[in-house]
Amino acid sequence: MFEATAQNRRNLKVEGLFRLLFLWMTCMLILPVALILGVLIVRGGPAISWEFLFTQPLNNMTAGGILPALVGTVWLVVVALIASVPVGVAAALYLSEYAPDNRLTRAINLAIINLAGVPSIVHALFGLGAFVIFFRFGTSILAASLTLAVMTLPVVIVATRESLQTVPLAFREACWNMGATRWQTIRKIVLPNSISGILTGVILEVSRTSGETAPIMFTGAAFFLPFLPQGVLDQTMAMSLHLFVISTQVPDVPEHMPFGVALVLISMVLAMNGISIAFRVYLRGRKKW
Amino acid sequence: MSAADPALPGAADASAAILVEKLNLWYGDFQALLDVDLRVRAGAITSLIGPSGCGKTTLLRSVNRINERLGYVRTTGSIRLWGLDVLDPSVEIAQLRKQVGMVFQRPNPLPLSVRDNVLFGTRVHLPDGRPPNRVEGDRIVEEALRQVLLWDELKGSLDRRGTELSLEQQQKLCIARLLPVKPRLLLMDEPCSALDPAGTEAVEELIWKLRGDYTILIVTHNMAQARRASEECVFMLLGEIIEHSDTASMFLNPANSQTAAYIEGRYG
Repeated sequence: MFEATAQNRRNLKVEGLFRLLFLWMTCMLILPVALILGVLIVRGGPAISWEFLFTQPLNNMTAGGILPALVGTVWLVVVALIASVPVGVAAALYLSEYAPDNRLTRAINLAIINLAGVPSIVHALFGLGAFVIFFRFGTSILAASLTLAVMTLPVVIVATRESLQTVPLAFREACWNMGATRWQTIRKIVLPNSISGILTGVILEVSRTSGETAPIMFTGAAFFLPFLPQGVLDQTMAMSLHLFVISTQVPDVPEHMPFGVALVLISMVLAMNGISIAFRVYLRGRKKW
Repeated sequence: MSAADPALPGAADASAAILVEKLNLWYGDFQALLDVDLRVRAGAITSLIGPSGCGKTTLLRSVNRINERLGYVRTTGSIRLWGLDVLDPSVEIAQLRKQVGMVFQRPNPLPLSVRDNVLFGTRVHLPDGRPPNRVEGDRIVEEALRQVLLWDELKGSLDRRGTELSLEQQQKLCIARLLPVKPRLLLMDEPCSALDPAGTEAVEELIWKLRGDYTILIVTHNMAQARRASEECVFMLLGEIIEHSDTASMFLNPANSQTAAYIEGRYG
């Protein structure tokens, strides 16, 4: 009565086949990541040293270090964050906590989706036209960071909004029913319980910003500038552009140098992601309902 | 301001905490309440009973105007609380909600400590224009938790999160949280339906104990509960009030045949 029939056996066989297929495809995901990291470590690892990280490039960028690019990337990221996080978080708060479901709201949502879909080179041209020329910031950290900020705004908005929406409606109702205003509800209940997700979004933005090349090429990043920026109106070198330059534009760069730059860049990004995950786990652990 | 304050308009009928007149309410095109007239006695427990969709929760939610948040709700008629029409445009919602506390079907303590849950209302409304200090806070918390019979259980764990308590404790905490801002009316939307029998009994006892100090309007699906834990009973059907009398006589001697059928469980 409980023996397998031929049909059962066929079903089991197909079941096993699909399971294997899906598992294999999942493993394929790991492959490129492992290969990229492996190649970078093997070929760029020998380039890494204190000297490489903390000295100026020499001999037409074929020797020396990457300090101006490293510092420049930090500048670009920090200024971009200062510009985009307040705007993005405020916009997400409006959309999630205040906005009625009407045409304007739908138009804003559509705009966000489209903004996320604009290719980065188009953002570069926009930044050149708007910030460099129209607002007369010149090619500067400010212009480049604002371009990056516009480009990454959707990331911040979407991450923040999703995080806000994980706070159950029942908490908001409880607050409103005690006569709390929307803002009191946000400040006392919604924000404290969604901050981990918002920070995750911010850190994601950091990792995305630090790797972008096209948007900063015309707006503020310099080909070669062997000193550190003094303010937001200076031009600067940046890791991503530096990698592009020494890989394609400068003859006779020793092979390990571009790999070294790439390794430093990807380590920065991975470190950011790591912090983001750790933060999330820490804050999640404190929240219980 | 006491319930019988003669300075209030409509105070001639001082024993009425809620006076609903010709209340019609539409959700979009659907009319959920039809010409509802209701007089709720101050200091008593009045239960609203009736089959699902009869409008009892809608009526309850109209009293503190929480329905309006939906946006597509339209109302005509009047709801007077101690003589003042709450549908009047000059009514400040925050003040209305302070006077009219609400307890939900699912306990919804905030993800804060027990202490902060109880003090939440005073922080929102700032009596004397400032949040209570440590000493006042302790006193307020103790008083509110004593009123809901939680003090002895929770006095040692005021820093626990409200969301970690048992459901029964959570629901009592949700009631305690309303008290520090001195509401006069408590609305309860099936407050026991998420609780087990022991929890139900405990919360019912609490509600019974609060009568007199507060006017309580309670929606329930549970006939036995309406019978045990209310003094007056209102039976609704399809958006209309069919019968309103004191609980004992409604259950012994329903005047309307539909009420009788519902009470006897012929539909529900």
